[in-house]
Amino acid sequence: MNELVFFINNVVVAGSVTGSIYAIGAVGVTLVFSIMRFAHFAHADMMTFGASMVLLLTLAFPGAGSAVGLPTAVVMLPLAIVLTAALAVGIDHAFYKPLRAHGVKPIVMVIASLGVALMLQGVIRLFAGTGGRNLYIAERKEIYRIDLPFETVTRPVVVTEPQVILFVLTIAAVVGLHLFLSRSRLGKAMRAMSDNPDLAQASGINTHTIVAVTWVIAGGLAAIAGTLLSLDVTFKPDLSFFLLLPIFAAAIVGGVGHPFGAIAGGFVVGFAETLAVFNWTVLLRPLQQHFPEWLELPRSLAFVGTEYKIVVPFFILVAILVWRPTGLFKGKVIT
Amino acid sequence: MPLLEAREVHCGYGAMNILHGVDMAIEADEIGVIVGPNGAGKSTMLKAVFGLLTVSQGEIRLRGEPIHNLAPNRLVQKGMGFIPQEHNVFPSLTVQENLEMGAYLKPENVKRMLTQVYELFPPLQDKRHQPAGELSGGQRQMVAMGRALMAEPSLLLLDEPTAGLSPLYMNEIFERVKTINAAGVGILMVEQNAKQALAIADKGFVLAAGQNRFTDTGAALLADPEVARSFLGG
Repeated sequence: MNELVFFINNVVVAGSVTGSIYAIGAVGVTLVFSIMRFAHFAHADMMTFGASMVLLLTLAFPGAGSAVGLPTAVVMLPLAIVLTAALAVGIDHAFYKPLRAHGVKPIVMVIASLGVALMLQGVIRLFAGTGGRNLYIAERKEIYRIDLPFETVTRPVVVTEPQVILFVLTIAAVVGLHLFLSRSRLGKAMRAMSDNPDLAQASGINTHTIVAVTWVIAGGLAAIAGTLLSLDVTFKPDLSFFLLLPIFAAAIVGGVGHPFGAIAGGFVVGFAETLAVFNWTVLLRPLQQHFPEWLELPRSLAFVGTEYKIVVPFFILVAILVWRPTGLFKGKVIT
Repeated sequence: MPLLEAREVHCGYGAMNILHGVDMAIEADEIGVIVGPNGAGKSTMLKAVFGLLTVSQGEIRLRGEPIHNLAPNRLVQKGMGFIPQEHNVFPSLTVQENLEMGAYLKPENVKRMLTQVYELFPPLQDKRHQPAGELSGGQRQMVAMGRALMAEPSLLLLDEPTAGLSPLYMNEIFERVKTINAAGVGILMVEQNAKQALAIADKGFVLAAGQNRFTDTGAALLADPEVARSFLGG
């Protein structure tokens, strides 16, 4: 039964963690696309930016957490959310808004966002350094070991503190987003603008406000995802490099412009990644006696090696684009 | 003072001018109908009034106040409603959400106006939780009109409300336009079904090649043999 615990730790927990991060990132990408109709390539760097803000704030006030009983980095997260949201709105004002005003083609916006991505990477390195950093500075990362109530199980299920916080915040973000989009006047106006921007304007909806709100939400979510990923592993200025492709894959798998599709897509990509690198030998070994003698289990039986994990979202992306270009939930086709 | 007054309006798409000095005026309780051959600039005129196109010369006034080149959302605030010919609903929003968007600037209106709109278009009440994109053309036109009415406009602009509809729905829409007008809303609409539209019009404007050709009451235009020969198909 220890094999089952191994599976829970390496697939269920790890997949949920990766899935949550991708889901929150992909929601931002899909919201920006549905309102402004372009693929925002600087999104993963906004995630890193949020984490770097947490790092800087934690370095500045390392004792703040112990006063509340939470890791300092988590206490600083709300502030980082605000800063990242402000950065997103600021970037839009400085770079994307003038282009929109000129009515440029979406591809121009995409290239501009690539420029913003490079710029952000430079800024992050300038202030947060070029190396990896642990976001736990004054505290230790709490690790929870949960023993399963079976006699044959000797190993515990392991969940870390940032993972628990990540799950809670992911659920909160999904529920909050759903309520916002389906109940609030502003959220409905956002969906209306995504459906038909001209008619939204003709209904008296101020499209500039909607654009700003979209950036606030996308930026805020990016800060959450970036920070919790950095807490769980380590903060790296080139984090975005490993995030960009999966979150775009997630957004496209779910159907672009479909927020809940993006969440589903995030988990599909996250679990696909963890399942692809999972060593299936561990699960098959207890069944060895039922196999014919000539069949010997290899020591490692994974679809791809861990170092090739990044090809999984790429493969899913290509597969979806070939077989179902509108995504699982009918989204808009990227043109 | 007329509700809407346009004088010598020049307007077009980019460098291409389509309207060459169009005049138009309707009173607060009137139905104005713009008819004319294809390419006469009928829809262009409506878009110019609603601030969707830049008026290069001339002026447009709403109750005496100059409004040309104000942004559409400002015009909605001033009591103007616009129903485009195509793409006039939010397809993924439910019928009720579509209507709510019409009262975006007057959220306190929503409850009261929803009741009124459902009274005017009973089929919409049954479908209120259905996405507008799933409705038939005629029902969509009802949603579009309902959405515009939610803001309680004093002037409603309609761009070919009956285009592509079956004769049954066509009559229904003309009837509703009359009802809305009877409640005190000024109407300016562009119509292909010129005869039917002029029959309910207080004022008719026949445009051709971006200029006024005939302007009179709807009845007088229908009776004018020259108008009939040139523009109403005999």
